[in-house]
Amino acid sequence: MAVKVKIPTPLQRLTNKQSQVEAEGFTVGEVLADLERNFPGFKERLYDEKGELRRFINIFLNEEDVRFLEGLNTTVKDGDEISIIPAVAGGSL
Amino acid sequence: MADFTEDQIIRYSRHIVLPQVGGKGQKKIRESKVLLIGAGGLGSPAGYYLAAAGVGRLGIVDQDEVDLSNLQRQILHRTADIGRPKTHSARDRIIELNPDVEVVPYQTSLTSDNVMEIIEDYDLVVNGCDNFPTRYLLNDACVLADKTIVDGSIFVFEGQATVFKPHVGPCYRCLYPEPPPPGMVPSCQEAGVLGVLPGIIGSIQAMEALKLILEIGEPLIGRLLLYDALATEFRILKIRRDPDCPVCGDNPTITELIDYEEFCGLRPARC
Ligand SMILES: [Zn+2]
Repeated sequence: MAVKVKIPTPLQRLTNKQSQVEAEGFTVGEVLADLERNFPGFKERLYDEKGELRRFINIFLNEEDVRFLEGLNTTVKDGDEISIIPAVAGGSL
Repeated sequence: MADFTEDQIIRYSRHIVLPQVGGKGQKKIRESKVLLIGAGGLGSPAGYYLAAAGVGRLGIVDQDEVDLSNLQRQILHRTADIGRPKTHSARDRIIELNPDVEVVPYQTSLTSDNVMEIIEDYDLVVNGCDNFPTRYLLNDACVLADKTIVDGSIFVFEGQATVFKPHVGPCYRCLYPEPPPPGMVPSCQEAGVLGVLPGIIGSIQAMEALKLILEIGEPLIGRLLLYDALATEFRILKIRRDPDCPVCGDNPTITELIDYEEFCGLRPARC
């Protein structure tokens, strides 16, 4: 399955400044693994030492947070969109 | 009409003519009390529009002084205000625009010791703060005190906005149970920001605040609005209350304020 992945600004240095890339897989976890293959560095930014998704990064499949679906095992279909949404604090500065 | 003066009826005529607002709605706006966290990039446009709209009381929490590098985006402050407390220059600008507004400056940072007392007097909190400890502090305090937060954040060319209404939608901890470790996420200071971006997100916050005050439309509760300025793209993602949330969940473990600097692994940060 070919899926679009939306890359947030803080991680765009891993994708040569691209805000959207394509990746393949049957599940969200597989798509993220494919992302790591094409753009090394994502795994470290997205997962902690135990291999769990970091708590300050949310992964959405289309408009749903995968934590409320089946997490990384959530299946994807062609044309789906995955968004990586890290916590940002900017405002007043 | 609802004891507005003739001048006030003219001032707010473009509101009053709206069926969704009317004299009754304008009275709701006048009776509303909104607290701005930060008189910076987001707080400036949010505060300025809310003042123009005729909000009755605007509290402004900010501990900083106006710096030359603020003026590229923080439109409540002028060149002549450099070095003055931001709450003072914000108050001056707001009163010049609309003398009907009562401005209450809090020239301080938000802390576990003062937050409950400050938010107590307000219906709504517009969050434009720039650091994680204050975000978590404000979130927990507003869940405990049952105050709605109109949240905004920006990073370089991207902005986010949502509304956290305790126990109706998710809170900030439902979305992000833990902050990133220090240094993992660069700040605006390090990364830069195009000055119009906070203008757009802060204006969305002002709009959401007015909708909540007027009880019209669909507020951004349970929805996260994302704005990508470079792509000129708005998207909305669904966000849900987490029943296991430590502060707003079914069995909360956080029932009083904690040490937020420690929680975020930081030395005191500035908002
Ligand atoms: Zn929560």
